[in-house]
Amino acid sequence: MTNLEFTGLVFAISALAGCLGALTGLGGGVVVTPALTLLLGVDIRYAIGASLVSVIATSSGAAAAYVREGYSNIRIGMFLETATTIGALLGAYLATRTPTAILGIIFGLVLLHAAWTSSRGRPRDLAGNEDPLADRLKLSGSYPGERGPQHYNVTHVKTGWGLMFGAGTLSGLLGIGSGALKVIAMDQAMRVPFKVSTTTSNFMIGVTAAASAGIYLRRGYIEPALAMPVMLGVLGGSLIGARQLVGAKVRVLRWIFAGVVGVMAIEMIVNGVRGFK
Amino acid sequence: MNRWDDAKLEQIVAWLLISGVALSALVVLAGATGFLWNHAGERTDYHTFHSVPRQYRDVGGVLGAVKTGDWRAVIQLGLILLILTPIARVAFSLAGFVLERDRTYLVLTAIVLAILIYSFVATQ
Repeated sequence: MTNLEFTGLVFAISALAGCLGALTGLGGGVVVTPALTLLLGVDIRYAIGASLVSVIATSSGAAAAYVREGYSNIRIGMFLETATTIGALLGAYLATRTPTAILGIIFGLVLLHAAWTSSRGRPRDLAGNEDPLADRLKLSGSYPGERGPQHYNVTHVKTGWGLMFGAGTLSGLLGIGSGALKVIAMDQAMRVPFKVSTTTSNFMIGVTAAASAGIYLRRGYIEPALAMPVMLGVLGGSLIGARQLVGAKVRVLRWIFAGVVGVMAIEMIVNGVRGFK
Repeated sequence: MNRWDDAKLEQIVAWLLISGVALSALVVLAGATGFLWNHAGERTDYHTFHSVPRQYRDVGGVLGAVKTGDWRAVIQLGLILLILTPIARVAFSLAGFVLERDRTYLVLTAIVLAILIYSFVATQ
Protein backbone atom coordinates (compact mmCIF):
# COMPACT_ATOMS: atom_id res chain seq x y z
CA MET A 1 0.00 0.00 0.00
CA THR A 2 1.31 3.46 -0.86
CA ASN A 3 1.37 6.25 1.72
CA LEU A 4 -1.64 7.90 0.05
CA GLU A 5 -3.80 4.74 0.10
CA PHE A 6 -2.73 3.87 3.62
CA THR A 7 -3.47 7.37 4.89
CA GLY A 8 -6.95 7.32 3.30
CA LEU A 9 -7.83 3.92 4.75
CA VAL A 10 -6.60 4.79 8.24
CA PHE A 11 -8.52 8.07 8.05
CA ALA A 12 -11.80 6.25 7.22
CA ILE A 13 -11.37 3.69 10.03
CA SER A 14 -10.48 6.43 12.50
CA ALA A 15 -13.49 8.57 11.56
CA LEU A 16 -15.80 5.64 12.37
CA ALA A 17 -13.96 4.96 15.63
CA GLY A 18 -14.16 8.62 16.62
CA CYS A 19 -17.90 8.70 16.04
CA LEU A 20 -18.47 5.61 18.22
CA GLY A 21 -16.08 6.91 20.85
CA ALA A 22 -17.92 10.19 21.23
CA LEU A 23 -21.36 8.54 21.26
CA THR A 24 -20.46 6.19 24.08
CA GLY A 25 -17.94 8.19 26.08
CA LEU A 26 -15.40 5.44 25.46
CA GLY A 27 -13.02 7.55 23.40
CA GLY A 28 -11.96 6.44 19.94
CA GLY A 29 -8.66 4.92 21.04
CA VAL A 30 -9.97 1.59 22.21
CA VAL A 31 -11.48 0.97 18.77
CA VAL A 32 -8.53 2.39 16.80
CA THR A 33 -5.84 0.18 18.36
CA PRO A 34 -7.45 -3.19 17.54
CA ALA A 35 -8.50 -1.91 14.09
CA LEU A 36 -4.96 -0.84 13.17
CA THR A 37 -3.34 -4.00 14.48
CA LEU A 38 -5.96 -6.53 13.33
CA LEU A 39 -6.97 -5.02 9.96
CA LEU A 40 -3.72 -3.39 8.83
CA GLY A 41 -1.05 -5.32 10.73
CA VAL A 42 0.44 -2.22 12.35
CA ASP A 43 2.79 -2.92 15.26
CA ILE A 44 0.87 -2.55 18.52
CA ARG A 45 3.29 0.08 19.87
CA TYR A 46 2.76 2.40 16.90
CA ALA A 47 -1.00 1.78 17.19
CA ILE A 48 -0.93 2.62 20.89
CA GLY A 49 0.97 5.86 20.23
CA ALA A 50 -1.43 6.95 17.50
CA SER A 51 -4.49 5.96 19.52
CA LEU A 52 -3.29 7.89 22.57
CA VAL A 53 -2.96 11.04 20.46
CA SER A 54 -6.38 10.46 18.91
CA VAL A 55 -7.85 10.02 22.38
CA ILE A 56 -6.78 13.56 23.27
CA ALA A 57 -8.36 14.89 20.06
CA THR A 58 -11.65 13.06 20.67
CA SER A 59 -11.86 14.20 24.23
CA SER A 60 -10.99 17.84 23.64
CA GLY A 61 -13.06 18.15 20.44
CA ALA A 62 -16.21 16.65 21.92
CA ALA A 63 -15.76 18.02 25.43
CA ALA A 64 -15.87 21.58 24.12
CA ALA A 65 -19.39 20.97 22.79
CA TYR A 66 -20.58 19.19 25.97
CA VAL A 67 -19.19 21.83 28.29
CA ARG A 68 -21.25 24.50 26.55
CA GLU A 69 -24.39 22.39 26.68
CA GLY A 70 -23.98 21.98 30.44
CA TYR A 71 -23.85 18.18 30.68
CA SER A 72 -20.34 17.73 32.02
CA ASN A 73 -19.40 18.51 35.62
CA ILE A 74 -16.08 20.37 35.77
CA ARG A 75 -15.60 19.73 39.50
CA ILE A 76 -16.23 15.99 39.35
CA GLY A 77 -13.83 15.96 36.40
CA MET A 78 -11.06 17.88 38.13
CA PHE A 79 -11.37 15.98 41.41
CA LEU A 80 -11.22 12.60 39.69
CA GLU A 81 -8.35 13.71 37.43
CA THR A 82 -6.09 13.63 40.50
CA ALA A 83 -6.75 9.88 40.47
CA THR A 84 -6.51 9.28 36.72
CA THR A 85 -3.28 11.24 36.16
CA ILE A 86 -1.43 9.59 39.07
CA GLY A 87 -2.69 6.28 37.73
CA ALA A 88 -1.58 7.17 34.20
CA LEU A 89 1.97 7.87 35.39
CA LEU A 90 2.06 4.58 37.26
CA GLY A 91 0.64 2.79 34.22
CA ALA A 92 3.21 4.25 31.82
CA TYR A 93 6.02 3.09 34.13
CA LEU A 94 4.48 -0.35 34.63
CA ALA A 95 4.06 -0.75 30.86
CA THR A 96 7.74 -1.57 30.42
CA ARG A 97 7.66 -4.23 33.14
CA THR A 98 4.39 -6.13 32.69
CA PRO A 99 3.57 -8.52 29.83
CA THR A 100 0.74 -6.88 27.86
CA ALA A 101 -0.72 -10.31 27.12
CA ILE A 102 -1.70 -10.75 30.77
CA LEU A 103 -2.98 -7.18 31.06
CA GLY A 104 -5.01 -7.58 27.87
CA ILE A 105 -6.83 -10.55 29.33
CA ILE A 106 -7.53 -8.80 32.64
CA PHE A 107 -8.74 -5.70 30.80
CA GLY A 108 -10.91 -7.83 28.52
CA LEU A 109 -12.59 -9.40 31.54
CA VAL A 110 -13.18 -5.99 33.11
CA LEU A 111 -14.77 -4.81 29.86
CA LEU A 112 -16.99 -7.89 29.62
CA HIS A 113 -18.29 -7.08 33.07
CA ALA A 114 -18.83 -3.47 31.99
CA ALA A 115 -20.84 -4.58 28.96
CA TRP A 116 -22.99 -6.82 31.16
CA THR A 117 -23.78 -4.23 33.84
CA SER A 118 -24.27 -1.45 31.32
CA SER A 119 -26.79 -3.38 29.22
CA ARG A 120 -28.83 -4.20 32.36
CA GLY A 121 -29.11 -0.56 33.40
CA ARG A 122 -29.45 0.30 37.08
CA PRO A 123 -32.27 0.77 39.57
CA ARG A 124 -33.46 4.35 39.95
CA ASP A 125 -32.68 5.03 43.60
CA LEU A 126 -31.07 8.43 43.36
CA ALA A 127 -32.59 9.69 46.61
CA GLY A 128 -30.93 9.10 50.00
CA ASN A 129 -27.41 8.20 51.14
CA GLU A 130 -25.64 11.43 50.34
CA ASP A 131 -21.87 11.31 50.75
CA PRO A 132 -20.59 14.04 53.11
CA LEU A 133 -17.35 14.06 51.10
CA ALA A 134 -19.32 14.91 47.96
CA ASP A 135 -20.81 17.82 49.85
CA ARG A 136 -17.42 19.15 50.93
CA LEU A 137 -16.07 18.84 47.40
CA LYS A 138 -19.20 20.45 45.90
CA LEU A 139 -19.59 17.56 43.46
CA SER A 140 -23.36 17.56 43.13
CA GLY A 141 -24.80 19.49 40.23
CA SER A 142 -27.54 19.75 37.66
CA TYR A 143 -27.93 19.15 33.95
CA PRO A 144 -30.48 20.34 31.36
CA GLY A 145 -33.45 17.94 31.38
CA GLU A 146 -36.76 17.96 29.51
CA ARG A 147 -38.43 19.94 32.27
CA GLY A 148 -35.72 22.38 33.25
CA PRO A 149 -32.50 21.67 35.19
CA GLN A 150 -32.33 18.23 36.84
CA HIS A 151 -30.48 18.15 40.17
CA TYR A 152 -28.37 15.14 41.17
CA ASN A 153 -26.36 14.06 44.22
CA VAL A 154 -23.07 12.21 44.15
CA THR A 155 -22.28 9.24 46.39
CA HIS A 156 -19.46 6.71 47.06
CA VAL A 157 -16.78 9.31 46.35
CA LYS A 158 -13.87 7.17 47.66
CA THR A 159 -14.93 4.14 45.62
CA GLY A 160 -15.18 6.35 42.56
CA TRP A 161 -11.70 7.77 43.17
CA GLY A 162 -10.26 4.26 43.51
CA LEU A 163 -11.88 3.09 40.29
CA MET A 164 -10.59 6.19 38.54
CA PHE A 165 -7.07 5.42 39.74
CA GLY A 166 -7.45 2.00 38.12
CA ALA A 167 -8.82 3.57 34.94
CA GLY A 168 -5.85 5.95 34.80
CA THR A 169 -3.38 3.09 35.30
CA LEU A 170 -4.93 1.12 32.43
CA SER A 171 -4.90 4.27 30.29
CA GLY A 172 -1.16 4.75 30.81
CA LEU A 173 -0.51 1.05 30.41
CA LEU A 174 -2.42 0.43 27.17
CA GLY A 175 -2.47 3.91 25.63
CA ILE A 176 -6.24 4.20 25.75
CA GLY A 177 -8.57 6.74 27.32
CA SER A 178 -10.27 3.98 29.35
CA GLY A 179 -13.53 5.86 29.08
CA ALA A 180 -15.41 2.61 29.77
CA LEU A 181 -14.03 2.37 33.31
CA LYS A 182 -14.50 6.08 33.87
CA VAL A 183 -18.16 5.82 32.96
CA ILE A 184 -18.57 2.82 35.29
CA ALA A 185 -16.93 4.67 38.15
CA MET A 186 -19.26 7.66 37.80
CA ASP A 187 -22.43 6.01 36.54
CA GLN A 188 -22.42 2.80 38.61
CA ALA A 189 -20.44 3.73 41.74
CA MET A 190 -20.98 7.45 42.23
CA ARG A 191 -24.52 7.44 40.79
CA VAL A 192 -23.89 10.33 38.47
CA PRO A 193 -26.59 10.45 35.73
CA PHE A 194 -25.51 8.54 32.61
CA LYS A 195 -25.28 11.52 30.27
CA VAL A 196 -23.29 13.50 32.82
CA SER A 197 -21.03 10.44 33.31
CA THR A 198 -20.31 9.98 29.62
CA THR A 199 -19.67 13.66 28.95
CA THR A 200 -17.55 14.22 32.07
CA SER A 201 -15.62 11.06 31.19
CA ASN A 202 -14.99 12.44 27.70
CA PHE A 203 -13.79 15.64 29.31
CA MET A 204 -11.34 13.80 31.59
CA ILE A 205 -9.96 11.44 28.96
CA GLY A 206 -7.81 14.14 27.34
CA VAL A 207 -6.12 15.07 30.59
CA THR A 208 -5.53 11.42 31.51
CA ALA A 209 -4.09 10.68 28.06
CA ALA A 210 -1.87 13.79 28.20
CA ALA A 211 -0.36 12.45 31.43
CA SER A 212 1.10 9.47 29.56
CA ALA A 213 1.48 11.02 26.08
CA GLY A 214 4.73 12.78 27.00
CA ILE A 215 6.19 9.45 28.08
CA TYR A 216 5.03 7.74 24.86
CA LEU A 217 6.49 10.58 22.77
CA ARG A 218 9.93 10.08 24.28
CA ARG A 219 9.71 6.31 23.89
CA GLY A 220 9.25 6.86 20.14
CA TYR A 221 5.75 5.32 19.99
CA ILE A 222 4.22 8.34 18.23
CA GLU A 223 4.90 8.00 14.48
CA PRO A 224 3.75 11.26 12.82
CA ALA A 225 2.78 9.76 9.44
CA LEU A 226 0.53 7.18 11.14
CA ALA A 227 -0.84 9.38 13.92
CA MET A 228 -1.81 12.07 11.37
CA PRO A 229 -4.74 10.27 9.66
CA VAL A 230 -5.74 8.71 12.99
CA MET A 231 -5.92 12.09 14.73
CA LEU A 232 -7.71 13.89 11.88
CA GLY A 233 -10.15 11.00 11.30
CA VAL A 234 -10.99 10.54 14.96
CA LEU A 235 -11.46 14.28 15.41
CA GLY A 236 -13.88 14.50 12.46
CA GLY A 237 -15.80 11.43 13.62
CA SER A 238 -16.01 12.62 17.21
CA LEU A 239 -17.50 15.95 16.18
CA ILE A 240 -20.26 14.09 14.30
CA GLY A 241 -20.77 11.71 17.23
CA ALA A 242 -21.02 14.54 19.75
CA ARG A 243 -23.85 16.14 17.76
CA GLN A 244 -25.93 12.99 18.08
CA LEU A 245 -25.81 12.78 21.88
CA VAL A 246 -28.32 15.40 22.92
CA GLY A 247 -31.08 13.79 20.86
CA ALA A 248 -30.10 10.16 21.58
CA LYS A 249 -32.07 8.12 24.10
CA VAL A 250 -30.20 6.87 27.17
CA ARG A 251 -31.50 3.32 26.53
CA VAL A 252 -30.11 3.26 23.00
CA LEU A 253 -26.83 4.70 24.26
CA ARG A 254 -26.55 1.90 26.81
CA TRP A 255 -27.03 -0.76 24.14
CA ILE A 256 -24.45 0.81 21.81
CA PHE A 257 -22.13 1.07 24.79
CA ALA A 258 -22.66 -2.56 25.78
CA GLY A 259 -22.19 -3.79 22.21
CA VAL A 260 -18.97 -1.91 21.59
CA VAL A 261 -17.51 -2.87 24.95
CA GLY A 262 -18.46 -6.53 24.43
CA VAL A 263 -16.75 -6.79 21.04
CA MET A 264 -13.65 -5.08 22.40
CA ALA A 265 -13.57 -7.39 25.40
CA ILE A 266 -13.51 -10.53 23.26
CA GLU A 267 -10.83 -9.01 21.06
CA MET A 268 -8.66 -8.15 24.05
CA ILE A 269 -8.96 -11.64 25.53
CA VAL A 270 -8.29 -13.43 22.23
CA ASN A 271 -5.24 -11.24 21.60
CA GLY A 272 -4.00 -11.79 25.13
CA VAL A 273 -4.24 -15.57 24.87
CA ARG A 274 -2.49 -15.48 21.47
CA GLY A 275 0.25 -13.38 23.03
CA PHE A 276 1.40 -16.33 25.14
CA LYS A 277 2.17 -18.51 22.11
CA MET B 1 -22.11 37.80 43.33
CA ASN B 2 -18.75 36.59 42.16
CA ARG B 3 -18.03 37.47 38.55
CA TRP B 4 -15.99 34.27 38.21
CA ASP B 5 -18.41 31.40 38.60
CA ASP B 6 -18.31 27.85 37.25
CA ALA B 7 -20.48 28.69 34.24
CA LYS B 8 -18.12 31.39 33.04
CA LEU B 9 -15.12 29.15 33.70
CA GLU B 10 -16.70 26.39 31.63
CA GLN B 11 -17.35 28.76 28.72
CA ILE B 12 -13.69 29.74 28.56
CA VAL B 13 -12.56 26.13 28.96
CA ALA B 14 -14.73 25.20 25.96
CA TRP B 15 -13.21 28.02 23.91
CA LEU B 16 -9.68 26.99 24.97
CA LEU B 17 -10.24 23.36 23.98
CA ILE B 18 -11.69 24.29 20.59
CA SER B 19 -8.80 26.67 19.87
CA GLY B 20 -6.17 24.14 20.90
CA VAL B 21 -7.65 21.32 18.86
CA ALA B 22 -8.30 23.57 15.84
CA LEU B 23 -4.76 24.94 15.90
CA SER B 24 -3.17 21.51 16.19
CA ALA B 25 -5.47 20.09 13.48
CA LEU B 26 -4.43 22.91 11.12
CA VAL B 27 -0.73 22.30 11.75
CA VAL B 28 -1.20 18.53 11.31
CA LEU B 29 -3.17 19.17 8.11
CA ALA B 30 -0.44 21.44 6.76
CA GLY B 31 2.17 18.80 7.56
CA ALA B 32 -0.02 16.10 6.03
CA THR B 33 -0.39 18.05 2.79
CA GLY B 34 3.34 18.54 2.49
CA PHE B 35 4.09 14.94 3.43
CA LEU B 36 1.61 13.42 0.97
CA TRP B 37 2.59 15.88 -1.79
CA ASN B 38 6.20 14.70 -1.57
CA HIS B 39 5.82 11.06 -0.50
CA ALA B 40 2.35 9.93 -1.73
CA GLY B 41 3.65 7.07 -3.87
CA GLU B 42 6.19 5.74 -1.38
CA ARG B 43 5.56 2.81 0.92
CA THR B 44 6.14 2.87 4.66
CA ASP B 45 6.33 -0.22 6.82
CA TYR B 46 4.61 -0.05 10.20
CA HIS B 47 4.60 -3.83 10.75
CA THR B 48 7.81 -3.86 12.73
CA PHE B 49 8.59 -1.48 15.54
CA HIS B 50 11.85 0.39 15.51
CA SER B 51 10.96 3.50 17.53
CA VAL B 52 10.58 6.72 15.56
CA PRO B 53 13.77 8.71 14.69
CA ARG B 54 15.25 10.64 17.59
CA GLN B 55 14.32 14.10 16.24
CA TYR B 56 10.59 13.27 16.56
CA ARG B 57 10.80 12.41 20.25
CA ASP B 58 10.99 15.83 21.92
CA VAL B 59 10.04 19.46 21.35
CA GLY B 60 13.58 20.64 20.60
CA GLY B 61 14.21 17.92 18.04
CA VAL B 62 10.88 18.51 16.32
CA LEU B 63 11.41 22.29 16.07
CA GLY B 64 14.88 21.72 14.64
CA ALA B 65 13.53 19.31 12.03
CA VAL B 66 10.71 21.71 11.08
CA LYS B 67 13.32 24.34 10.22
CA THR B 68 14.97 21.94 7.76
CA GLY B 69 11.62 21.56 5.91
CA ASP B 70 10.76 18.09 7.29
CA TRP B 71 6.99 17.63 6.81
CA ARG B 72 6.72 14.75 9.26
CA ALA B 73 8.17 17.08 11.88
CA VAL B 74 5.42 19.61 11.07
CA ILE B 75 2.84 16.87 11.74
CA GLN B 76 4.63 15.98 14.98
CA LEU B 77 4.58 19.65 16.01
CA GLY B 78 0.79 19.66 15.57
CA LEU B 79 0.53 16.51 17.69
CA ILE B 80 2.62 18.09 20.43
CA LEU B 81 0.27 21.11 20.38
CA LEU B 82 -2.57 18.63 20.82
CA ILE B 83 -0.87 17.02 23.83
CA LEU B 84 -0.38 20.49 25.32
CA THR B 85 -4.08 21.41 24.92
CA PRO B 86 -5.42 19.51 27.98
CA ILE B 87 -2.39 20.72 29.95
CA ALA B 88 -3.28 24.32 29.03
CA ARG B 89 -6.87 23.57 29.99
CA VAL B 90 -5.82 22.47 33.49
CA ALA B 91 -3.51 25.49 33.81
CA PHE B 92 -6.42 27.74 32.94
CA SER B 93 -8.72 25.98 35.42
CA LEU B 94 -6.08 26.65 38.07
CA ALA B 95 -6.25 30.39 37.30
CA GLY B 96 -10.04 30.18 37.36
CA PHE B 97 -10.14 28.60 40.80
CA VAL B 98 -7.73 31.28 42.05
CA LEU B 99 -10.20 33.92 40.85
CA GLU B 100 -13.09 32.00 42.40
CA ARG B 101 -11.09 31.82 45.65
CA ASP B 102 -11.82 28.11 45.87
CA ARG B 103 -8.94 26.74 47.94
CA THR B 104 -9.95 23.08 47.75
CA TYR B 105 -10.04 23.06 43.97
CA LEU B 106 -6.97 25.23 43.75
CA VAL B 107 -5.01 22.48 45.52
CA LEU B 108 -6.61 19.65 43.51
CA THR B 109 -5.96 21.42 40.20
CA ALA B 110 -2.37 22.24 41.18
CA ILE B 111 -1.75 18.54 41.86
CA VAL B 112 -3.10 17.57 38.44
CA LEU B 113 -1.05 20.27 36.69
CA ALA B 114 2.13 19.24 38.52
CA ILE B 115 1.66 15.62 37.42
CA LEU B 116 1.07 16.67 33.80
CA ILE B 117 4.12 18.93 33.68
CA TYR B 118 6.26 16.26 35.34
CA SER B 119 5.24 13.67 32.75
CA PHE B 120 5.82 16.07 29.85
CA VAL B 121 9.25 17.40 30.82
CA ALA B 122 10.83 15.13 33.42
CA THR B 123 10.29 11.52 32.43
CA GLN B 124 12.69 9.55 30.31
